[in-house]
Amino acid sequence: MSADWVKSDRQLAREALLRARGRRSLSAATISTIVVVVVVVVLVAASPGWPRVQDTFFNWDALVTALPDVLRGFLLNVMIFMIAEPIVLVLGLGVALVRGLRAPVFFPLRVLAVLYTDIFRGIPVILLVYLVGFGIPALQLQGTPGDPVTLGIIALVLSYTSFVAEVFRSGINSIHPSQLAAARSLGLTHAQTMRHIVVPQAIRRVVPPLLNDFASLQKDSALVALLGPLEALRQAQIHVAKTFNYTPYVGAALLFVALTVPLARFTDHLAARAAQQRGGG
Amino acid sequence: MALLTIDGVWKRYRHHNVLRGVDLTVDPHEVVCLIGASGSGKSTLLRCVNLLETVDDGAIYLDDQEITDVRVNPDQIRQRIGIVFQAYNLFPHMTVLDNITLAPRKVHGVPRPQAEAQARDLLARFGLADKSGTYPDRLSGGQQQRVAIIRALATHPRLLLLDEVTSALDPTLVNEVLGIIRELKQSGMTMILATHEMSFARDIADTICFLDQGTLLEHGPPAQIFDAPQNPRTREFLYG
Repeated sequence: MSADWVKSDRQLAREALLRARGRRSLSAATISTIVVVVVVVVLVAASPGWPRVQDTFFNWDALVTALPDVLRGFLLNVMIFMIAEPIVLVLGLGVALVRGLRAPVFFPLRVLAVLYTDIFRGIPVILLVYLVGFGIPALQLQGTPGDPVTLGIIALVLSYTSFVAEVFRSGINSIHPSQLAAARSLGLTHAQTMRHIVVPQAIRRVVPPLLNDFASLQKDSALVALLGPLEALRQAQIHVAKTFNYTPYVGAALLFVALTVPLARFTDHLAARAAQQRGGG
Repeated sequence: MALLTIDGVWKRYRHHNVLRGVDLTVDPHEVVCLIGASGSGKSTLLRCVNLLETVDDGAIYLDDQEITDVRVNPDQIRQRIGIVFQAYNLFPHMTVLDNITLAPRKVHGVPRPQAEAQARDLLARFGLADKSGTYPDRLSGGQQQRVAIIRALATHPRLLLLDEVTSALDPTLVNEVLGIIRELKQSGMTMILATHEMSFARDIADTICFLDQGTLLEHGPPAQIFDAPQNPRTREFLYG
């Protein structure tokens, strides 16, 4: 099909020009980056308080001493959000779907879903962690969990499900009514339409805001520290309390960031791919 | 002097050649109709002229300036070329008046009162005087397409490209859009149309171009192409 195409001299010249421009852009980017980095480093290192800042926040010895404990604690954080995230996803989608039910018999369910999101979206996560973490054991009821990690996960799930439900709901509402009309015209029921047409399109659309909520959930797993378990923040706190050097906090912060950054790049990648699929028009 | 010269333009997507060395000149006030099957490259050629696509070989000249030169700023070229799409592409969050005055105000720096007065004149001229405050969703397809044409005209382009502008309309609405294009021809607008409306093409065009698999197989005045096509592919396309 393309065997008959030989690039003309004009096209070769054009491509050479584009390559030259590409090289110029690259070197401009390189030079400006080097200049900015050098300026920042010089300014920071020359500032009068820098040695003290370095000793308090970026103390290598303090980091090495604290890191094994902080890292062990961080595994608990990872476990907490790895358990919480799938539960939040499923429950959030469920709540969103319940809010979309139109049949009159489901009215009470719908009201419950609205009340749930209204209430739990409004309560500060830290307050919810206290309420669930200390409140439920205080009930001293049979069968209630007493383990602080489980209680922490419950509090996080309660809070984040309400956010994720709203994300799902806005995704579902953003699907054009013509899609519903087309599905119903084929004889699909409301449930089938949701299952096969609306939800698959909605999920694709809400992946970026969902990952955003998950980044938030990952951070907030540190709030479980309030209930006592030795996760990353708590471990860092113990080390700081011993030495009054704040490097362990910085170490813990870096661990959280290290987890969020790949998630953010993944979100960017998904958004770029979606934009490409839509194309121009 | 030709207003637009297309010289040996190639366009490929992956391993598929959409345009294979198309040559075409368009004189001032000339109306050119591109005909051919879907996928023959009509839309791609229009998109190349408006620099919405970069050509893979060849060159395009507008008023003797090479617009496919990589050093040229495409935005400045597009200010001189209007394009109307098959799917209207109106901005749904703006009223008809705002759709039309956006480019004159933001790109050409026309003051709002002046831009709006001009937009109202155009709307009145094309029978849409009462629609200036309406949002696109509230208009019929034919009305939306007429607004889209007015939006393209509001910047006084040298050249107007119309990409199958009636394909999404029912027959009664087609006529109101074709009426506008007829009037534009009378006012001397240079136009290139990709169209499936053969009788309209015959009626309005100065030149008909038949595209087949990315090649311009045959071109000439409507009477010649429709009544005495030389190329067997053209005959097959027109007579089945």
